[in-house]
Amino acid sequence: MSVRYKVAVVGAAETTELGRIPNMSSLMLAADAAMNAIKDCGIDKNQIDAVLSTHNPVLLAHYLGIKTPRYVDGTSVGGTSFVLHLRHAAAALAAGYCNYALITMGESGVSRADAIGLRPGAAVPRFGGGFGGGGNDLGSQFEAPYGPSGPTTLFGMGVLRYMKETGLTHEQLASVAVAQRRWSNKVPRAMMRDLITIEDVLDSRMICYPLHLLECCLVTDGGGALILTTAERVRDFPTKPVYILGTGESVETPLVSQMEDMTRCQGFQVASRKAFEEAQITQKDVDHMMVYDAFAHLPIYALEDCGFVKRGEAGAFIEEGRTSPGGELPLNTNGGGLSYTHSGMYGMYLQQEAIRQMRGTAAHQVPNAKVSFAQGVGGMFGAMGSVVFTNEPPH
Amino acid sequence: MTEQRPAPRKPVPSPNIETQFYWDKVQEGELWLQRCQDCDKPYFYPRFFCPRCLGTNVEWFKASGRGRLHTYVINHRPPPAFEAEAPYALAVVELEEGVRMMTNIHGIANTPENLVLEMPLRVVFEELNPGGGVKVPYWVPT
Repeated sequence: MSVRYKVAVVGAAETTELGRIPNMSSLMLAADAAMNAIKDCGIDKNQIDAVLSTHNPVLLAHYLGIKTPRYVDGTSVGGTSFVLHLRHAAAALAAGYCNYALITMGESGVSRADAIGLRPGAAVPRFGGGFGGGGNDLGSQFEAPYGPSGPTTLFGMGVLRYMKETGLTHEQLASVAVAQRRWSNKVPRAMMRDLITIEDVLDSRMICYPLHLLECCLVTDGGGALILTTAERVRDFPTKPVYILGTGESVETPLVSQMEDMTRCQGFQVASRKAFEEAQITQKDVDHMMVYDAFAHLPIYALEDCGFVKRGEAGAFIEEGRTSPGGELPLNTNGGGLSYTHSGMYGMYLQQEAIRQMRGTAAHQVPNAKVSFAQGVGGMFGAMGSVVFTNEPPH
Repeated sequence: MTEQRPAPRKPVPSPNIETQFYWDKVQEGELWLQRCQDCDKPYFYPRFFCPRCLGTNVEWFKASGRGRLHTYVINHRPPPAFEAEAPYALAVVELEEGVRMMTNIHGIANTPENLVLEMPLRVVFEELNPGGGVKVPYWVPT
């Protein structure tokens, strides 16, 4: 089975605000995003018959007053979860399990508003946690005793190894942040918009060698929602349909230290290959690309592991401006997690920007873009989701 | 009345059914791994079966304690209990037996100049929290 051209995104919106939203919990933000996506496409809320989120769908559906949906999915595999939700929703829609699917997320990533009102000492709900469970909490036994400070210290664990094996320079790594700022420079909702140089990046505070402050993502509040339906139903909506051409997913490791090869993401390879096969396109057909950039090395890994450039070429590719405005492969055109926003699980935002580009409504629009590829990652190389979108109607 | 806050402690690993033997051996100053007798391959972290073939014909054996520095980062924003040591490397060591594990590098200043990938290391066992009793494996240059 393939979902190629069988399903489209008809509603897409982010939360009303991004950045610091101290008066809203994660669940409130998820509702705000859902309301905006419902408004975006004009769907009657009571038509929605599928709910997918990292929030428990039992809670979320009831909270939103969506009565007895016919399909739910609470897959929670970190920041790329929403790319997997899109894939699962597409399959369910194509199979006839449901007709209108809502994927929504909200996250109080910086304000931590979910903790307000909790009794002292109660466990605070956290984003981006480990993949423990079943009586085997691996992270607390085999990584935590050595002093990691969350993703900032774990995600970049393979970078020095990658540098040794490929010759990637610190300047090339820094150029990822520089290139993306050239995009966010014209994005009013982006948190960071001022142009920066490689020297600015390398002079910024060292967070976790070799990653400087400007090579690490922002920490914000926010959210987003998507509404999907079947291709034959898109004419019922006023929005320009964005068709799903292909999707892929995988999982790789609960512990970054146990990656089989710390210089490659095999999950990127598997998920993207599946997405391109289903889409019946090659990397050359891609006009616009989004990569989950929690840290600056991720676009480098993804460009190579998703087959856009050869091993060891991604650093120079970005440094030469080939992903910058005017370049052959516009990448992270909202500024990415480094410059746009990052509430902890960025996978929703990268799809939002891909859809804006396909609709022709992006703040920094790529002219004539027809095919967009988005690659997400969850945990620290824990889970991967890929999707190919197009704005071209089926022939 | 002000509440007395205890000094922050590093998180102590809590062994489970599958990992108890590993941690017991660490407390004795030995590093033990598991190997599949059918595949003849060591693996880490502890499991009651071989993750390659799902066979249960597995055995514990004492590791050589020799390895090489595979990769690392240097953490400049430590959790509270690690502040005294910062900046310090979070490293991945590749053991002579082929498996990898996270660790800290002791016995040498943790600078990019000092920490050269592939440098030989050997395992040592030290208390996680001074006086706390619980030891974890660390690695030092040979």
